[in-house]
Amino acid sequence: MGLKVIVLVKQVPDIAKVKFDVEKGRIDRSSAEAEINPFDLNALEAAVQVKEKAGGTVTAISMGPPQAATSLKDAMARGADEAILLEDKVFAGADTWATSYTLSCAIKKIGGFDLIFCGEKTVDGDTGQVGAEVAEQLGIPHIYYVSKICDVSQNRIEVVSEVDDSSYLLESDLPTLISVTKDVNKPRLPTLRDKLRAMKSEIKIWHANNLSDVINLANVGYLGSPTAVHKVVIPKEKERQGKIFKDVYEGVNAVLDALEYKKLI
Amino acid sequence: MTADSEIKKKVIIFAEKRDERIHPISFELLGKGREIADKLNAEVSCALLGYRLSREQALELIYYGADRVFLYDDPVFKELNVIQYKHNIVRLVKRERPDIFLFGATHFGRSLAPRVAAALETGLTADCIDLQVDENGDLIQIRPAFTGNILAHIKTKTKPVMSTVRYKVMQMKDKDLTRKGQIIEEVTEVSNERSPKTIRKERQAEFNIAEAKIIVSGGRGLGAPEGFKLLKELADLLGGVVGASRTPVDEGWIGKEHQVGFSGNTVKPKLYIACGISGSPQHLAGMKDSETIIAINTDPSAPIHRVADYSIISDIYQVVPEMIKEIKARRVNRI
Repeated sequence: MGLKVIVLVKQVPDIAKVKFDVEKGRIDRSSAEAEINPFDLNALEAAVQVKEKAGGTVTAISMGPPQAATSLKDAMARGADEAILLEDKVFAGADTWATSYTLSCAIKKIGGFDLIFCGEKTVDGDTGQVGAEVAEQLGIPHIYYVSKICDVSQNRIEVVSEVDDSSYLLESDLPTLISVTKDVNKPRLPTLRDKLRAMKSEIKIWHANNLSDVINLANVGYLGSPTAVHKVVIPKEKERQGKIFKDVYEGVNAVLDALEYKKLI
Repeated sequence: MTADSEIKKKVIIFAEKRDERIHPISFELLGKGREIADKLNAEVSCALLGYRLSREQALELIYYGADRVFLYDDPVFKELNVIQYKHNIVRLVKRERPDIFLFGATHFGRSLAPRVAAALETGLTADCIDLQVDENGDLIQIRPAFTGNILAHIKTKTKPVMSTVRYKVMQMKDKDLTRKGQIIEEVTEVSNERSPKTIRKERQAEFNIAEAKIIVSGGRGLGAPEGFKLLKELADLLGGVVGASRTPVDEGWIGKEHQVGFSGNTVKPKLYIACGISGSPQHLAGMKDSETIIAINTDPSAPIHRVADYSIISDIYQVVPEMIKEIKARRVNRI
Protein backbone atom coordinates (compact mmCIF):
# COMPACT_ATOMS: atom_id res chain seq x y z
CA MET A 1 0.00 0.00 0.00
CA GLY A 2 0.95 3.61 -0.12
CA LEU A 3 -0.34 6.78 -1.67
CA LYS A 4 0.13 7.84 -5.23
CA VAL A 5 0.79 11.56 -4.96
CA ILE A 6 0.96 13.99 -7.86
CA VAL A 7 2.46 17.49 -7.65
CA LEU A 8 1.74 20.22 -10.20
CA VAL A 9 4.87 22.22 -10.94
CA LYS A 10 5.50 25.24 -13.13
CA GLN A 11 8.78 26.70 -14.30
CA VAL A 12 8.85 30.49 -13.90
CA PRO A 13 11.46 33.23 -14.22
CA ASP A 14 13.18 34.38 -11.02
CA ILE A 15 10.84 37.26 -10.33
CA ALA A 16 13.36 39.20 -8.24
CA LYS A 17 15.63 39.52 -11.29
CA VAL A 18 13.35 39.61 -14.32
CA LYS A 19 13.35 42.92 -16.22
CA PHE A 20 10.31 44.69 -17.60
CA ASP A 21 10.50 47.03 -20.57
CA VAL A 22 8.11 49.84 -19.72
CA GLU A 23 8.27 51.45 -23.18
CA LYS A 24 7.68 48.31 -25.24
CA GLY A 25 5.40 46.61 -22.73
CA ARG A 26 7.56 43.52 -22.81
CA ILE A 27 8.81 41.02 -20.29
CA ASP A 28 12.44 40.15 -20.91
CA ARG A 29 12.44 36.50 -19.89
CA SER A 30 16.12 36.13 -20.81
CA SER A 31 17.00 38.62 -18.05
CA ALA A 32 16.40 36.07 -15.32
CA GLU A 33 17.08 32.40 -14.76
CA ALA A 34 14.17 29.98 -14.71
CA GLU A 35 13.30 28.16 -11.52
CA ILE A 36 10.47 26.17 -9.94
CA ASN A 37 7.63 28.48 -8.97
CA PRO A 38 8.42 29.23 -5.29
CA PHE A 39 4.91 28.29 -4.15
CA ASP A 40 5.28 24.88 -5.83
CA LEU A 41 8.27 24.09 -3.62
CA ASN A 42 5.87 24.00 -0.67
CA ALA A 43 3.52 21.73 -2.61
CA LEU A 44 6.42 19.41 -3.43
CA GLU A 45 7.62 19.37 0.17
CA ALA A 46 4.07 18.60 1.35
CA ALA A 47 3.88 15.71 -1.11
CA VAL A 48 7.24 14.31 0.00
CA GLN A 49 6.22 14.57 3.66
CA VAL A 50 2.98 12.72 2.93
CA LYS A 51 4.97 9.98 1.21
CA GLU A 52 7.33 9.76 4.19
CA LYS A 53 4.39 9.38 6.55
CA ALA A 54 1.99 7.17 4.60
CA GLY A 55 4.28 5.53 2.05
CA GLY A 56 3.87 5.71 -1.70
CA THR A 57 5.30 7.66 -4.61
CA VAL A 58 5.49 11.29 -5.73
CA THR A 59 5.09 12.21 -9.39
CA ALA A 60 5.85 15.76 -10.46
CA ILE A 61 4.06 16.94 -13.58
CA SER A 62 4.60 20.13 -15.53
CA MET A 63 3.46 21.65 -18.78
CA GLY A 64 6.02 23.80 -20.51
CA PRO A 65 8.78 24.18 -23.08
CA PRO A 66 11.64 21.62 -23.34
CA GLN A 67 13.83 23.64 -20.96
CA ALA A 68 11.22 23.14 -18.19
CA ALA A 69 12.82 19.69 -17.82
CA THR A 70 15.51 21.35 -15.67
CA SER A 71 12.85 22.35 -13.12
CA LEU A 72 11.55 18.79 -13.09
CA LYS A 73 15.09 17.52 -12.42
CA ASP A 74 15.13 19.95 -9.52
CA ALA A 75 11.81 18.46 -8.36
CA MET A 76 13.40 15.03 -8.41
CA ALA A 77 16.35 16.28 -6.41
CA ARG A 78 13.82 17.52 -3.88
CA GLY A 79 12.16 14.14 -3.49
CA ALA A 80 9.90 13.38 -6.47
CA ASP A 81 10.26 9.77 -7.65
CA GLU A 82 9.10 10.43 -11.16
CA ALA A 83 8.61 13.48 -13.38
CA ILE A 84 6.56 14.06 -16.49
CA LEU A 85 6.83 17.05 -18.81
CA LEU A 86 3.89 17.82 -21.09
CA GLU A 87 5.69 19.45 -23.96
CA ASP A 88 4.29 20.23 -27.37
CA LYS A 89 3.96 23.29 -29.55
CA VAL A 90 0.18 22.85 -29.55
CA PHE A 91 0.11 23.26 -25.74
CA ALA A 92 1.75 26.71 -25.91
CA GLY A 93 -0.13 29.90 -25.07
CA ALA A 94 -2.70 28.13 -22.90
CA ASP A 95 -4.78 30.06 -20.37
CA THR A 96 -5.79 28.55 -17.03
CA TRP A 97 -8.69 26.60 -18.51
CA ALA A 98 -6.67 25.02 -21.33
CA THR A 99 -3.75 24.40 -18.95
CA SER A 100 -5.95 22.65 -16.42
CA TYR A 101 -7.61 20.65 -19.20
CA THR A 102 -4.23 19.43 -20.49
CA LEU A 103 -2.95 18.64 -17.00
CA SER A 104 -6.13 16.79 -16.10
CA CYS A 105 -5.90 14.67 -19.28
CA ALA A 106 -2.34 13.69 -18.36
CA ILE A 107 -3.41 12.91 -14.79
CA LYS A 108 -6.21 10.69 -16.13
CA LYS A 109 -3.61 8.89 -18.19
CA ILE A 110 -1.39 8.39 -15.13
CA GLY A 111 -4.49 7.13 -13.31
CA GLY A 112 -4.93 5.64 -9.86
CA PHE A 113 -3.81 8.74 -7.95
CA ASP A 114 -4.81 9.54 -4.35
CA LEU A 115 -3.67 13.10 -3.81
CA ILE A 116 -2.73 16.07 -5.95
CA PHE A 117 -0.78 18.96 -4.48
CA CYS A 118 -0.27 22.37 -6.02
CA GLY A 119 1.00 25.78 -4.86
CA GLU A 120 -1.29 28.69 -4.02
CA LYS A 121 -0.45 30.51 -7.26
CA THR A 122 2.45 31.14 -9.61
CA VAL A 123 4.63 34.23 -9.49
CA ASP A 124 4.23 34.87 -13.24
CA GLY A 125 0.54 34.17 -13.89
CA ASP A 126 -0.57 35.14 -10.37
CA THR A 127 -3.95 33.45 -10.93
CA GLY A 128 -4.20 30.52 -8.53
CA GLN A 129 -6.95 29.05 -10.70
CA VAL A 130 -5.37 25.97 -12.22
CA GLY A 131 -5.66 23.76 -9.11
CA ALA A 132 -9.43 24.08 -8.68
CA GLU A 133 -9.99 23.84 -12.44
CA VAL A 134 -7.98 20.59 -12.54
CA ALA A 135 -10.04 19.23 -9.62
CA GLU A 136 -13.31 20.10 -11.37
CA GLN A 137 -12.17 18.46 -14.59
CA LEU A 138 -11.16 15.32 -12.71
CA GLY A 139 -14.40 15.36 -10.69
CA ILE A 140 -12.61 15.34 -7.33
CA PRO A 141 -12.90 17.78 -4.38
CA HIS A 142 -10.31 20.44 -3.69
CA ILE A 143 -9.22 22.39 -0.63
CA TYR A 144 -7.55 25.76 -1.14
CA TYR A 145 -5.20 27.83 1.03
CA VAL A 146 -4.07 24.90 3.13
CA SER A 147 -1.67 26.12 5.82
CA LYS A 148 -1.29 22.88 7.75
CA ILE A 149 -1.63 19.18 7.06
CA CYS A 150 -2.80 17.61 10.31
CA ASP A 151 -3.28 13.99 9.35
CA VAL A 152 -3.19 11.75 6.31
CA SER A 153 -4.06 8.09 5.94
CA GLN A 154 -4.71 5.74 3.02
CA ASN A 155 -8.17 7.16 2.38
CA ARG A 156 -8.51 10.47 4.19
CA ILE A 157 -6.73 13.79 4.80
CA GLU A 158 -7.27 16.41 7.49
CA VAL A 159 -6.02 19.96 6.92
CA VAL A 160 -6.35 23.56 8.06
CA SER A 161 -7.61 25.92 5.36
CA GLU A 162 -7.40 29.72 5.53
CA VAL A 163 -10.46 31.71 4.53
CA ASP A 164 -9.57 35.41 4.75
CA ASP A 165 -9.43 36.24 8.47
CA SER A 166 -10.60 32.79 9.61
CA SER A 167 -9.31 29.27 9.38
CA TYR A 168 -11.14 25.96 9.36
CA LEU A 169 -10.23 22.36 10.09
CA LEU A 170 -11.45 20.29 7.14
CA GLU A 171 -11.39 16.65 6.18
CA SER A 172 -11.70 15.03 2.80
CA ASP A 173 -11.80 11.50 1.51
CA LEU A 174 -9.22 10.70 -1.16
CA PRO A 175 -8.63 11.34 -3.95
CA THR A 176 -8.58 15.09 -3.48
CA LEU A 177 -6.57 18.12 -4.58
CA ILE A 178 -4.81 20.27 -1.99
CA SER A 179 -3.50 23.76 -2.76
CA VAL A 180 -0.98 24.88 -0.14
CA THR A 181 0.20 28.26 1.10
CA LYS A 182 3.78 29.05 2.06
CA ASP A 183 2.89 28.47 5.71
CA VAL A 184 2.39 24.75 5.23
CA ASN A 185 6.09 23.86 5.58
CA LYS A 186 9.67 24.94 5.01
CA PRO A 187 10.93 23.24 1.86
CA ARG A 188 14.21 21.44 2.53
CA LEU A 189 17.18 22.06 0.31
CA PRO A 190 18.45 19.19 -1.84
CA THR A 191 21.89 17.85 -0.94
CA LEU A 192 24.65 17.58 -3.49
CA ARG A 193 24.03 13.83 -3.63
CA ASP A 194 20.31 14.43 -4.34
CA LYS A 195 21.25 16.79 -7.15
CA LEU A 196 23.68 14.33 -8.71
CA ARG A 197 21.13 11.52 -8.53
CA ALA A 198 18.50 13.75 -10.12
CA MET A 199 20.88 14.79 -12.92
CA LYS A 200 21.14 11.15 -13.99
CA SER A 201 17.43 10.45 -13.69
CA GLU A 202 15.13 10.52 -16.65
CA ILE A 203 12.28 12.95 -17.23
CA LYS A 204 9.37 11.48 -19.16
CA ILE A 205 8.33 13.71 -22.03
CA TRP A 206 4.74 13.43 -23.19
CA HIS A 207 3.80 15.13 -26.46
CA ALA A 208 0.25 15.63 -27.69
CA ASN A 209 0.34 12.30 -29.54
CA ASN A 210 1.21 10.47 -26.30
CA LEU A 211 -2.11 11.70 -24.89
CA SER A 212 -4.19 11.02 -28.00
CA ASP A 213 -6.41 8.47 -26.22
CA VAL A 214 -7.46 10.96 -23.50
CA ILE A 215 -7.24 14.44 -25.04
CA ASN A 216 -9.25 16.59 -27.43
CA LEU A 217 -6.68 18.87 -29.05
CA ALA A 218 -9.33 21.49 -29.79
CA ASN A 219 -9.16 22.34 -26.08
CA VAL A 220 -5.41 22.89 -25.70
CA GLY A 221 -2.97 25.74 -26.16
CA TYR A 222 -3.72 29.22 -27.39
CA LEU A 223 -6.49 28.11 -29.75
CA GLY A 224 -8.25 26.08 -27.06
CA SER A 225 -8.12 28.92 -24.54
CA PRO A 226 -11.33 30.83 -23.80
CA THR A 227 -9.35 33.89 -22.70
CA ALA A 228 -6.58 35.76 -24.47
CA VAL A 229 -4.22 38.53 -23.51
CA HIS A 230 -5.25 41.45 -25.62
CA LYS A 231 -2.59 43.86 -24.42
CA VAL A 232 0.14 44.07 -21.81
CA VAL A 233 0.86 47.30 -20.03
CA ILE A 234 3.83 47.70 -17.77
CA PRO A 235 2.67 50.37 -15.39
CA LYS A 236 5.14 53.01 -14.43
CA GLU A 237 5.68 52.82 -10.71
CA LYS A 238 3.44 55.27 -8.91
CA GLU A 239 5.21 58.62 -8.64
CA ARG A 240 6.69 58.81 -5.18
CA GLN A 241 8.17 61.72 -3.34
CA GLY A 242 11.36 59.73 -2.90
CA LYS A 243 12.69 61.99 -0.18
CA ILE A 244 15.61 60.47 1.66
CA PHE A 245 16.81 61.49 5.11
CA LYS A 246 19.90 60.33 6.91
CA ASP A 247 19.34 62.38 10.03
CA VAL A 248 16.75 60.89 12.40
CA TYR A 249 15.44 64.17 13.79
CA GLU A 250 15.21 65.85 10.40
CA GLY A 251 13.58 62.79 8.83
CA VAL A 252 10.99 62.36 11.57
CA ASN A 253 9.99 66.02 11.40
CA ALA A 254 9.69 66.07 7.63
CA VAL A 255 7.57 62.92 7.73
CA LEU A 256 5.32 64.26 10.47
CA ASP A 257 4.88 67.58 8.64
CA ALA A 258 3.71 65.65 5.60
CA LEU A 259 1.38 63.45 7.66
CA GLU A 260 -0.06 66.48 9.40
CA TYR A 261 -0.68 68.08 6.03
CA LYS A 262 -2.51 64.93 4.93
CA LYS A 263 -4.42 64.96 8.24
CA LEU A 264 -3.13 61.51 9.10
CA ILE A 265 -1.88 62.42 12.56
CA MET B 1 -42.30 39.95 -22.76
CA THR B 2 -41.24 42.70 -25.11
CA ALA B 3 -38.62 42.16 -27.77
CA ASP B 4 -36.40 44.63 -25.97
CA SER B 5 -36.28 42.71 -22.72
CA GLU B 6 -35.62 39.45 -24.55
CA ILE B 7 -32.35 40.72 -25.92
CA LYS B 8 -31.37 42.53 -22.76
CA LYS B 9 -27.89 41.55 -21.65
CA LYS B 10 -27.31 40.25 -18.16
CA VAL B 11 -24.65 40.74 -15.55
CA ILE B 12 -24.78 38.49 -12.48
CA ILE B 13 -22.79 39.14 -9.34
CA PHE B 14 -22.03 36.56 -6.69
CA ALA B 15 -23.12 38.14 -3.40
CA GLU B 16 -20.93 36.48 -0.80
CA LYS B 17 -22.55 35.83 2.54
CA ARG B 18 -19.91 35.41 5.20
CA ASP B 19 -20.95 34.61 8.73
CA GLU B 20 -23.75 37.04 9.45
CA ARG B 21 -23.05 39.68 6.84
CA ILE B 22 -22.75 40.08 3.12
CA HIS B 23 -19.09 40.68 2.36
CA PRO B 24 -18.54 44.36 1.42
CA ILE B 25 -16.85 43.28 -1.82
CA SER B 26 -20.29 42.28 -3.10
CA PHE B 27 -21.43 45.92 -2.92
CA GLU B 28 -18.25 47.08 -4.66
CA LEU B 29 -18.96 44.58 -7.45
CA LEU B 30 -22.51 45.91 -7.70
CA GLY B 31 -21.10 49.40 -8.20
CA LYS B 32 -18.89 48.22 -11.06
CA GLY B 33 -21.55 45.85 -12.39
CA ARG B 34 -24.03 48.73 -12.59
CA GLU B 35 -21.52 50.87 -14.49
CA ILE B 36 -20.85 48.09 -17.03
CA ALA B 37 -24.54 47.24 -17.30
CA ASP B 38 -25.46 50.85 -18.02
CA LYS B 39 -22.98 50.88 -20.93
CA LEU B 40 -24.31 47.59 -22.30
CA ASN B 41 -27.95 48.33 -21.55
CA ALA B 42 -27.92 45.24 -19.37
CA GLU B 43 -29.62 44.27 -16.14
CA VAL B 44 -27.65 43.45 -13.01
CA SER B 45 -28.67 40.70 -10.67
CA CYS B 46 -27.14 39.06 -7.64
CA ALA B 47 -26.87 35.41 -6.73
CA LEU B 48 -27.22 35.33 -2.95
CA LEU B 49 -26.67 31.90 -1.42
CA GLY B 50 -26.63 31.19 2.29
CA TYR B 51 -28.48 29.89 5.29
CA ARG B 52 -31.03 31.98 7.18
CA LEU B 53 -30.81 34.91 4.82
CA SER B 54 -33.01 37.85 5.59
CA ARG B 55 -35.16 39.76 3.17
CA GLU B 56 -33.33 42.88 4.36
CA GLN B 57 -30.07 41.49 3.06
CA ALA B 58 -31.59 40.94 -0.37
CA LEU B 59 -33.12 44.44 -0.30
CA GLU B 60 -29.74 45.88 0.61
CA LEU B 61 -28.37 44.48 -2.67
CA ILE B 62 -31.20 46.17 -4.55
CA TYR B 63 -30.50 49.50 -2.82
CA TYR B 64 -26.90 49.24 -4.00
CA GLY B 65 -27.78 48.54 -7.63
CA ALA B 66 -29.26 45.07 -8.20
CA ASP B 67 -32.32 44.72 -10.43
CA ARG B 68 -32.98 41.17 -9.33
CA VAL B 69 -31.75 38.97 -6.49
CA PHE B 70 -31.75 35.20 -6.86
CA LEU B 71 -32.07 33.98 -3.32
CA TYR B 72 -30.97 30.49 -2.31
CA ASP B 73 -31.63 29.91 1.38
CA ASP B 74 -30.73 26.41 2.48
CA PRO B 75 -28.93 24.66 5.40
CA VAL B 76 -26.54 23.17 2.83
CA PHE B 77 -24.88 26.62 2.66
CA LYS B 78 -24.21 26.75 6.39
CA GLU B 79 -20.66 25.67 5.63
CA LEU B 80 -18.60 27.29 2.89
CA ASN B 81 -19.04 24.18 0.77
CA VAL B 82 -17.64 24.94 -2.68
CA ILE B 83 -19.35 21.98 -4.32
CA GLN B 84 -22.87 22.99 -3.19
CA TYR B 85 -22.31 26.62 -4.17
CA LYS B 86 -20.90 25.56 -7.53
CA HIS B 87 -23.77 23.20 -8.24
CA ASN B 88 -26.44 25.86 -7.73
CA ILE B 89 -24.55 28.68 -9.46
CA VAL B 90 -23.98 26.46 -12.49
CA ARG B 91 -27.73 25.72 -12.58
CA LEU B 92 -28.51 29.43 -12.38
CA VAL B 93 -26.05 30.33 -15.15
CA LYS B 94 -27.46 27.63 -17.43
CA ARG B 95 -30.97 29.00 -16.90
CA GLU B 96 -30.28 32.74 -16.99
CA ARG B 97 -27.45 32.67 -19.57
CA PRO B 98 -25.72 35.84 -18.34
CA ASP B 99 -23.12 37.59 -20.48
CA ILE B 100 -20.94 38.45 -17.49
CA PHE B 101 -20.56 36.80 -14.08
CA LEU B 102 -18.41 38.40 -11.38
CA PHE B 103 -17.00 37.04 -8.13
CA GLY B 104 -15.10 38.85 -5.40
CA ALA B 105 -11.48 37.70 -5.18
CA THR B 106 -11.81 36.67 -1.55
CA HIS B 107 -10.31 33.33 -0.53
CA PHE B 108 -13.71 31.72 -0.97
CA GLY B 109 -14.37 33.46 -4.30
CA ARG B 110 -10.99 32.39 -5.63
CA SER B 111 -11.70 28.80 -4.66
CA LEU B 112 -15.26 28.74 -6.00
CA ALA B 113 -14.95 30.70 -9.27
CA PRO B 114 -12.49 28.35 -11.06
CA ARG B 115 -14.67 25.42 -10.15
CA VAL B 116 -17.74 27.12 -11.67
CA ALA B 117 -15.81 28.28 -14.75
CA ALA B 118 -14.37 24.82 -15.39
CA ALA B 119 -17.81 23.23 -15.03
CA LEU B 120 -19.23 25.72 -17.54
CA GLU B 121 -16.17 25.42 -19.79
CA THR B 122 -15.80 29.15 -19.88
CA GLY B 123 -12.88 31.51 -19.37
CA LEU B 124 -12.07 33.02 -15.98
CA THR B 125 -9.82 36.00 -15.35
CA ALA B 126 -8.29 36.21 -11.90
CA ASP B 127 -7.94 39.12 -9.53
CA CYS B 128 -9.03 41.96 -11.81
CA ILE B 129 -8.36 45.52 -10.70
CA ASP B 130 -10.48 47.11 -13.41
CA LEU B 131 -13.19 46.14 -15.87
CA GLN B 132 -13.91 48.24 -18.95
CA VAL B 133 -16.22 47.98 -21.93
CA ASP B 134 -14.53 48.55 -25.29
CA GLU B 135 -16.06 49.98 -28.49
CA ASN B 136 -17.27 46.51 -29.56
CA GLY B 137 -19.08 46.07 -26.27
CA ASP B 138 -16.52 43.48 -25.14
CA LEU B 139 -15.40 43.37 -21.56
CA ILE B 140 -11.73 44.19 -21.03
CA GLN B 141 -10.52 42.60 -17.82
CA ILE B 142 -7.42 44.26 -16.41
CA ARG B 143 -5.29 42.32 -13.98
CA PRO B 144 -1.81 42.38 -12.52
CA ALA B 145 0.58 39.53 -13.35
CA PHE B 146 4.25 38.76 -12.80
CA THR B 147 3.87 39.41 -9.08
CA GLY B 148 2.12 42.66 -9.83
CA ASN B 149 4.79 44.01 -12.20
CA ILE B 150 2.63 44.08 -15.33
CA LEU B 151 -1.01 44.71 -16.17
CA ALA B 152 -2.60 42.32 -18.65
CA HIS B 153 -5.74 43.27 -20.57
CA ILE B 154 -7.75 40.09 -21.08
CA LYS B 155 -10.69 39.33 -23.34
CA THR B 156 -12.87 36.25 -23.07
CA LYS B 157 -14.29 34.48 -26.13
CA THR B 158 -16.78 32.28 -24.28
CA LYS B 159 -19.96 33.13 -22.38
CA PRO B 160 -20.36 34.05 -19.66
CA VAL B 161 -17.27 36.18 -19.30
CA MET B 162 -16.18 35.36 -15.75
CA SER B 163 -13.82 37.27 -13.49
CA THR B 164 -12.80 37.51 -9.89
CA VAL B 165 -12.26 41.10 -8.78
CA ARG B 166 -9.95 42.32 -6.08
CA TYR B 167 -11.29 43.76 -2.84
CA LYS B 168 -11.17 47.54 -2.35
CA VAL B 169 -10.51 48.53 -5.95
CA MET B 170 -14.08 49.14 -7.14
CA GLN B 171 -16.31 51.92 -5.89
CA MET B 172 -19.63 50.99 -4.38
CA LYS B 173 -22.54 53.27 -5.29
CA ASP B 174 -24.44 55.29 -2.75
CA LYS B 175 -27.27 53.46 -1.11
CA ASP B 176 -30.54 54.38 -2.80
CA LEU B 177 -33.52 53.42 -0.66
CA THR B 178 -35.91 54.27 -3.49
CA ARG B 179 -34.49 51.64 -5.87
CA LYS B 180 -36.89 48.87 -6.72
CA GLY B 181 -36.00 45.34 -7.66
CA GLN B 182 -37.23 41.82 -7.62
CA ILE B 183 -36.34 39.14 -5.07
CA ILE B 184 -36.68 35.67 -6.54
CA GLU B 185 -36.78 32.82 -4.07
CA GLU B 186 -34.99 29.91 -5.66
CA VAL B 187 -35.16 26.22 -4.83
CA THR B 188 -31.75 24.90 -3.83
CA GLU B 189 -30.72 21.58 -5.28
CA VAL B 190 -28.42 19.52 -3.07
CA SER B 191 -25.58 17.94 -5.01
CA ASN B 192 -24.40 14.45 -4.12
CA GLU B 193 -20.93 15.18 -5.50
CA ARG B 194 -18.25 14.32 -2.94
CA SER B 195 -16.95 17.35 -1.03
CA PRO B 196 -14.69 18.13 1.96
CA LYS B 197 -16.35 18.49 5.36
CA THR B 198 -15.74 21.21 7.92
CA ILE B 199 -14.79 19.72 11.28
CA ARG B 200 -14.60 23.04 13.10
CA LYS B 201 -13.62 26.66 12.86
CA GLU B 202 -10.05 26.95 14.12
CA ARG B 203 -9.46 30.64 14.38
CA GLN B 204 -11.10 33.97 13.76
CA ALA B 205 -8.66 36.87 13.64
CA GLU B 206 -9.59 39.95 15.62
CA PHE B 207 -9.01 42.19 12.67
CA ASN B 208 -8.59 42.03 8.92
CA ILE B 209 -5.44 43.83 7.88
CA ALA B 210 -6.90 44.46 4.41
CA GLU B 211 -9.42 46.83 6.06
CA ALA B 212 -6.84 48.95 7.93
CA LYS B 213 -6.32 52.61 6.98
CA ILE B 214 -2.92 52.87 8.66
CA ILE B 215 -0.41 50.02 8.92
CA VAL B 216 2.87 50.08 10.82
CA SER B 217 4.76 47.06 9.55
CA GLY B 218 7.88 45.33 10.81
CA GLY B 219 10.40 43.06 9.12
CA ARG B 220 13.60 41.18 9.70
CA GLY B 221 15.29 44.44 10.73
CA LEU B 222 13.38 44.44 14.03
CA GLY B 223 15.81 41.73 15.12
CA ALA B 224 13.54 40.40 17.87
CA PRO B 225 9.83 39.88 18.63
CA GLU B 226 9.92 42.69 21.21
CA GLY B 227 10.26 45.17 18.35
CA PHE B 228 6.58 44.72 17.62
CA LYS B 229 5.70 46.25 21.01
CA LEU B 230 7.30 49.46 19.83
CA LEU B 231 5.47 49.30 16.50
CA LYS B 232 2.21 48.63 18.34
CA GLU B 233 2.74 51.77 20.38
CA LEU B 234 3.16 53.81 17.19
CA ALA B 235 0.22 52.07 15.50
CA ASP B 236 -2.05 52.71 18.50
CA LEU B 237 -1.03 56.35 18.52
CA LEU B 238 -1.95 56.67 14.82
CA GLY B 239 -5.14 54.60 15.11
CA GLY B 240 -3.65 51.92 12.89
CA VAL B 241 -2.70 48.27 13.10
CA VAL B 242 0.55 46.35 13.11
CA GLY B 243 1.63 44.53 9.97
CA ALA B 244 4.60 42.32 9.20
CA SER B 245 6.63 40.94 6.33
CA ARG B 246 7.07 37.20 5.94
CA THR B 247 10.22 36.76 8.04
CA PRO B 248 8.80 37.76 11.45
CA VAL B 249 5.73 35.61 10.78
CA ASP B 250 7.90 32.62 9.86
CA GLU B 251 10.04 33.24 12.93
CA GLY B 252 6.94 33.19 15.10
CA TRP B 253 7.45 36.78 16.29
CA ILE B 254 3.90 37.72 15.31
CA GLY B 255 0.70 36.04 14.09
CA LYS B 256 0.00 35.28 10.47
CA GLU B 257 -3.02 37.59 10.37
CA HIS B 258 -0.52 40.49 10.45
CA GLN B 259 1.31 39.43 7.31
CA VAL B 260 1.31 41.73 4.31
CA GLY B 261 2.45 40.53 0.93
CA PHE B 262 1.65 38.70 -2.24
CA SER B 263 1.14 35.39 -0.46
CA GLY B 264 -0.63 36.92 2.50
CA ASN B 265 -2.82 39.97 2.29
CA THR B 266 -2.72 42.67 -0.33
CA VAL B 267 -3.23 46.03 1.35
CA LYS B 268 -3.89 49.55 0.19
CA PRO B 269 -3.96 51.77 3.28
CA LYS B 270 -3.70 55.54 3.42
CA LEU B 271 -0.40 55.21 5.26
CA TYR B 272 2.10 52.36 5.30
CA ILE B 273 5.15 52.62 7.53
CA ALA B 274 7.70 49.90 6.72
CA CYS B 275 10.13 49.37 9.61
CA GLY B 276 13.17 47.23 8.98
CA ILE B 277 11.62 45.73 5.84
CA SER B 278 13.96 45.34 2.87
CA GLY B 279 11.13 44.87 0.34
CA SER B 280 11.07 41.48 -1.41
CA PRO B 281 9.09 41.39 -4.69
CA GLN B 282 6.29 39.58 -2.84
CA HIS B 283 6.13 42.17 -0.09
CA LEU B 284 6.19 45.05 -2.57
CA ALA B 285 3.37 43.44 -4.57
CA GLY B 286 1.32 43.36 -1.39
CA MET B 287 1.71 47.00 -0.35
CA LYS B 288 3.08 49.19 -3.14
CA ASP B 289 -0.34 50.68 -3.94
CA SER B 290 -0.57 52.22 -0.47
CA GLU B 291 -1.27 55.94 -0.66
CA THR B 292 1.72 57.17 1.35
CA ILE B 293 4.69 54.94 2.11
CA ILE B 294 7.37 55.62 4.70
CA ALA B 295 10.40 53.35 4.84
CA ILE B 296 12.74 53.15 7.79
CA ASN B 297 15.75 51.01 7.06
CA THR B 298 19.49 51.23 7.72
CA ASP B 299 20.30 49.90 4.25
CA PRO B 300 20.07 52.70 1.64
CA SER B 301 20.02 50.13 -1.19
CA ALA B 302 17.01 48.20 0.15
CA PRO B 303 14.31 47.88 -2.59
CA ILE B 304 11.64 49.24 -0.22
CA HIS B 305 13.03 52.75 -0.75
CA ARG B 306 12.07 52.59 -4.44
CA VAL B 307 8.37 52.67 -3.55
CA ALA B 308 8.68 55.02 -0.57
CA ASP B 309 7.64 58.66 -0.43
CA TYR B 310 9.88 59.21 2.57
CA SER B 311 12.89 57.14 3.51
CA ILE B 312 14.73 57.48 6.75
CA ILE B 313 18.05 55.67 6.50
CA SER B 314 18.53 54.86 10.13
CA ASP B 315 17.90 52.40 12.90
CA ILE B 316 14.21 51.86 13.66
CA TYR B 317 15.00 51.80 17.38
CA GLN B 318 16.09 55.42 17.06
CA VAL B 319 13.49 56.57 14.54
CA VAL B 320 10.30 55.03 15.93
CA PRO B 321 10.73 56.29 19.54
CA GLU B 322 11.55 59.75 18.16
CA MET B 323 8.44 59.60 16.02
CA ILE B 324 6.27 58.60 18.99
CA LYS B 325 7.75 61.36 21.14
CA GLU B 326 7.31 63.99 18.42
CA ILE B 327 3.71 62.99 17.61
CA LYS B 328 2.81 63.30 21.29
CA ALA B 329 4.56 66.67 21.52
CA ARG B 330 2.77 68.00 18.44
CA ARG B 331 -0.58 66.87 19.79
CA VAL B 332 0.03 68.64 23.09
CA ASN B 333 1.00 71.83 21.26
CA ARG B 334 -2.13 71.67 19.14
CA ILE B 335 -4.42 71.82 22.17
